[in-house]
Parts: sequence; C-alpha cells; structure tokens
Amino acid sequence: MQALYFVLGVPVMGAAVLALVGHRDWARDVNVAFSLGTFVAACLMTVDVISRGPLFAWDRQFFIDPLNVFLVTLTAFVALTTAIFSRPYMRVERDHGKMTPPRLRLYHSMYQLFSFTMLLALTTNNMGILWVAMEAATLTTVLLVSVYRTAASLEAAWKYFILCGVGIALALFGTVLLHMASERILGAEGGGLLWTSLNEVKSRLDPTITTLAFAFLFIGYGTKVGLVPLHNWLPDAHAEGPTPVSAVLSGLLLNVALYAVLRCKVLTDGALHSALASQLMIAFGLLSVVVAAFFLSRQRDVKRMFAYSSIEHMGLITFAFGLGGPIATYAGLLHMTVHSLIKSAIFYAVGHACQKAGTQVMEDIRGLIKVSPTVAWGLILGSLAILGMPPFGVFASEFLILTTAMREQPWATPLLLLALAVAFASVFSKILPMVFGESSVKPLAHSPALVPVFVHLGLGLMLGLYIPPYLDMWYRQAARMLGG
Amino acid sequence: MKFIPQLVNLLAAAILLLSFAMISQRRIASLINLFALQGAALVAASVLLGYAAHNPDLYVSAALTLALKVMLIPWLLYRVIRRLNVRWDVEPLINVPTMMIVGIGLVIFAFSLALPISRLSASIAGGALGIALACVLLSFMMMITRSRAVPQVIGFLSMENGLIFAATTATNGMPMIVEFGIALDVLVGILILGVFMFQIREQFDSLDIRNLEKLKED
Repeated sequence: MQALYFVLGVPVMGAAVLALVGHRDWARDVNVAFSLGTFVAACLMTVDVISRGPLFAWDRQFFIDPLNVFLVTLTAFVALTTAIFSRPYMRVERDHGKMTPPRLRLYHSMYQLFSFTMLLALTTNNMGILWVAMEAATLTTVLLVSVYRTAASLEAAWKYFILCGVGIALALFGTVLLHMASERILGAEGGGLLWTSLNEVKSRLDPTITTLAFAFLFIGYGTKVGLVPLHNWLPDAHAEGPTPVSAVLSGLLLNVALYAVLRCKVLTDGALHSALASQLMIAFGLLSVVVAAFFLSRQRDVKRMFAYSSIEHMGLITFAFGLGGPIATYAGLLHMTVHSLIKSAIFYAVGHACQKAGTQVMEDIRGLIKVSPTVAWGLILGSLAILGMPPFGVFASEFLILTTAMREQPWATPLLLLALAVAFASVFSKILPMVFGESSVKPLAHSPALVPVFVHLGLGLMLGLYIPPYLDMWYRQAARMLGG
Repeated sequence: MKFIPQLVNLLAAAILLLSFAMISQRRIASLINLFALQGAALVAASVLLGYAAHNPDLYVSAALTLALKVMLIPWLLYRVIRRLNVRWDVEPLINVPTMMIVGIGLVIFAFSLALPISRLSASIAGGALGIALACVLLSFMMMITRSRAVPQVIGFLSMENGLIFAATTATNGMPMIVEFGIALDVLVGILILGVFMFQIREQFDSLDIRNLEKLKED
C-alpha cells in the first residue's frame, strides 16, 4: 500500500523538481532517476498485489486489481525506457537548436506530470477522477506536442486539444449519466462513482441510462484511443512533437484510454445483458483497422505512418475485447502489452534515424544500415515485429484474435486479413529502402540510446515464445474480470 | 416547494437561450459577456438546487463556477482580446439562420434522447437534463462553425457549462474531489489555450484557425 503512494508521489515530485532544474545538463539524468523510482515503486506494488491480492487505498479511492496492476507496471517501464532514450535524443535536439533551456525545462517537467496522470488514471477507483486524469493527460501532452513552437506543431497541438477536449467532454457527460444511474441505487452518499461500488450493483443499474452513458463514454474515451472516425488528432500529434512524446503517446496514452473504455464496458455488460458494448467495440475496432491500413500506404512521413499503424493496432485490440470470451480477451491484453513495447521501440529507432537524416520524410532517409547498423536493425526488426511476423508477440496475439474471429464473427476475418496484408505491404516496402540503398545520412556526435530499443524488442520476442507464468496468471485473471 | 423547481426550469431556459445567443453573436466582447451571463445563470441554478436539496456540496460547486466562469475566465479572455486586438469574428462557415435551424434540430434531438431518462432522475430538476444536453450539442456546433480561436475557446467553455449543469440537475452534483479536479483542468486548459493564442498569432499573424490546415492527409 505504501508502494502505491510512491508510484503516484515520485512523478509529482519529479515534475516539481524538474520544473526548477529541468534546463540543466544533468536534468536528463534526473528525469531518468525519477522514472526509475516510479518503476521500482510499481514493481514493489506488483509484488504486494501478487502476494496479497487486490488492494484498496485512501478510503477506497484507489484500487489495484489484476487488470490495472500489469498496466501500471507496463506504463512505468515504458516511461523509464523512454526517459533513457530521451537523454541522447534531447541532447541532439539542443545541439541542433530546436530545444532551448526553457523548453527543456517544460519538456522534462511535463514528461513527469504526464507519467503521473497516466498512473493516476490507472490506479483510481473513482470514474470522475479517471476523467480528470485523462483530461490532465491531454493538457500535459498538448504542451509536449507543441514544445518546438513551429507552425506545424502548434497546429497539431491546437487540433489535439480541441478534438480531444470535445471528445473527453462527452465522456464527462457519460460519467454524469453513470452517476445518475448509480445514485438511484446507492443514494447520494453511497460513493456512486467508485468503480468497485458500481461493479457490485451493476446488474441493477437502469438499462436505459446505462446504454446512453456507455454511448457517450465510448465516443469520449474512444477519441483518445484514436478510433476511426475520431482519430484525426493522432497522426498530427505523433508526427509534430518530439519523438519521445510520440513513443509515450502510442505506448501509454492509447492503452490507458482503452483501459477506461474497458472499465466502462464491464459495467455496461453487467447492466444490459445484451451485447451492445461488444457490438460497438467490434464495429469501431474493425473500421479502425481497415481505414488505418489503407491510410498507411499514403504516408510520406515516417512518424505519421507509424501513428496510423498505432490506430490500426488499437482498432485490433478494441475488436478483440469486443469479441469477448477468455481467448480473445487474453489476446487483447497480450496485444496491448506487445504493441506498447514494440511501437515505442520503433519510435526510438525512428527518432535516431530522423535525427541523423535531418528529416522525417521517408524518401529522404536512405541507407541507414551503412551509417548506423544498430539503428537500422532496430527499425527493421521492429517493423517486422509490429507487422505480425513470427516469432514476435504480435504474431501470437494476432493469431489468437484471428482464430477467435473466425469462430465468433466469421464475416470479419477476411476484412482483418486484408487489412493486415495491406499494412504489411505498405510498411515493409517503405522501410526497406530506408534501411538499405545508398546512404544519405550523417553520423551524429552523440551515440544513440539503443539499449531501450533492443530491450523492448527482446521482451516482444519473449512474449511471442514464452509467457512467464505470473504474467499468464494476470492475463487470465484480468480476462475473467472483463467477463471472459 | 413547488416554486424552486419552477425557478430552476426558468434558469435552464435562460441557459439554453444564451447558448443560441452565443451562436449568433459575432462581436467577441459580447460573446464573452454572454458566456459570463450563462455562468451566472448556472451559479443561480446550483444555489437554488443546493438550497432545495439541503446539499451544501452544490454551494461549493456554485462558488467554483462563480469564481472561474463568471469572474476569472471572462477577465482573462478580455485581456487576451485586448492584447491581440481582435474584436469581430469573421463570418461563420454556415450563415446564422441556417445554424439556428440546425440548432433547433439539435435541441429536439437532445430532448428526445433525454426524455426517457430524465424521469428517472433523483433530483427535483431532472427535467432539465435535456436542456443540458442541448447546450452541450449547441456549443459543439459553435466550435465546429467558428473559424477564429477565441470563439472556439468560448464554445469549449460553454460546453463545460452545459456539462456542469447536467451534473447538478441529473444528480445531486459530482463528488467534491471530482468537482475540484474538473475546475482545475478547465483553468489550466484555458491558460494553455491563452498562451497558444499568442503563439499562433506570432506564427501566422492572425488568429484564423483556417490557417491551421497545413497538416492534411497526403
């Protein structure tokens, strides 16, 4: 229980400290140190939860169960590796004059505050606080996306703010409706917004109100997941911000938004005894997979392309949770984990490649393998992994999702296969010339941080071959809780 | 006791009318006044409901709205428009009469959505839920159809008004900690947007959001 306070307290302290000293040379290391502290606290909390089961804290306002504990660890881990990656990355950006000391201070402070909002959203038991944390996450990332102050980054940040602001406002309306439904049962003092209380009485929630509430919550949090047609902000925000920010947006924010949707789905399923939530998730998930796959082939900017790939994968995960059942839910959770690891690894490699080439346009990045073989290998292995090649973890989860889809929703399988094939063809044909061919890139003064890339890829590979028993147990418990 | 629900319904009607007024208003200073007035109506409604339901939490919510939406944010917006010297919004993307008709359609849609559930509300003013939803949708439309930054932001804030109104009429208000969280988010959000407006002006030499259309799909 103490560990939980550290999980939340360390990033807040980090944000405060870095707001003062974030422009110093050693601030990059301080950033890593605070992220490491958060990760250690998250690990301790995990051990605690494994040995003693779900825990409550602070008058039931915080709640740790198998579903969020593994996401907390994953979030803290990706935040740590991204902080390590951001050390040499930000040094280069400073040398290029793109990051001035005030901007570095803002960047470091907001990075920690963003970690805090993610962890708060995951650990809170209060649906209202979940909303507040998601909105705060938007605010911090808006500042991170616009940190270069270029015309394009301002445009991306403005669009991001307005679209996600509107989306998340609808989620607040959904939360109000949920509160209204629970107040009828629990009374005004019954803690009607606590997820655990709602979960206990979910079968008695009024179906009409809950249907409407879920529609609003799904659209609202779905905007942040990046589901088509609410995805417009996502490619811009990924492409125009610094690359570490793209990595945490894809690796953490989308996951946490999907987590919010899942929490709402559990309540709705209990209240309605119908498949409304599942059908909505299947429809929007499938649409996202297909639309994003076709948009992939039209991209010229490498970060935009991988942003569309994130939309595709979030669509696939949403689809998997929509299918329901133990296998698809298990696969969805596995895919969340592997996507987050592999996609952030790709962004690390892409970040270094773009810095070396001085551009994000894929046609202008050529022959990476000659100048920096490790970055090139990271990029090509990462792309293969994210495209679902065995033996990486994405293959395992996609295989499980597809086989379940064949049984449950056979009509969707050809669409999924087509989308995956299109994605494969377009991404691979664009990555190959970037890696091979005549070189156009320059070596950089600072050695890139490649440990995070290969650690992530290694973990992604491991999850494809062997899932450790405790992780397996978590996934199973979480899948059972999600109604599988 | 019959008197207070009537009064709350009157205020709800005023809030809806102010939403329509904001849609048609092109002078930015008047837009800010209308927004502050809408906030004031919301404060009055919260106080009345708090008095009727003997719920002191609603007084705190009202005080927060009063401090933020009636006083601080309009003052900040006034400062911004004075510093940036913007007075008039350009012609909206759709003309005003068309928007009014679409707006009426939205109100009917909101009422038909809210009608079956507003009867189930625990609060005495549950009937106003439809109006709250209508305000949210109208502000949504305002954000889509305005091309200047300041009216878009006011649309965003007015949507927040609609949401708070929904929370006070459908339930007995959100838990205190959530209220404070929302207020903090709104305040920080508006400060960030304010800074953005200066940066956009610097970059594009105008506050026309239509400049922000470079990032197209290709």
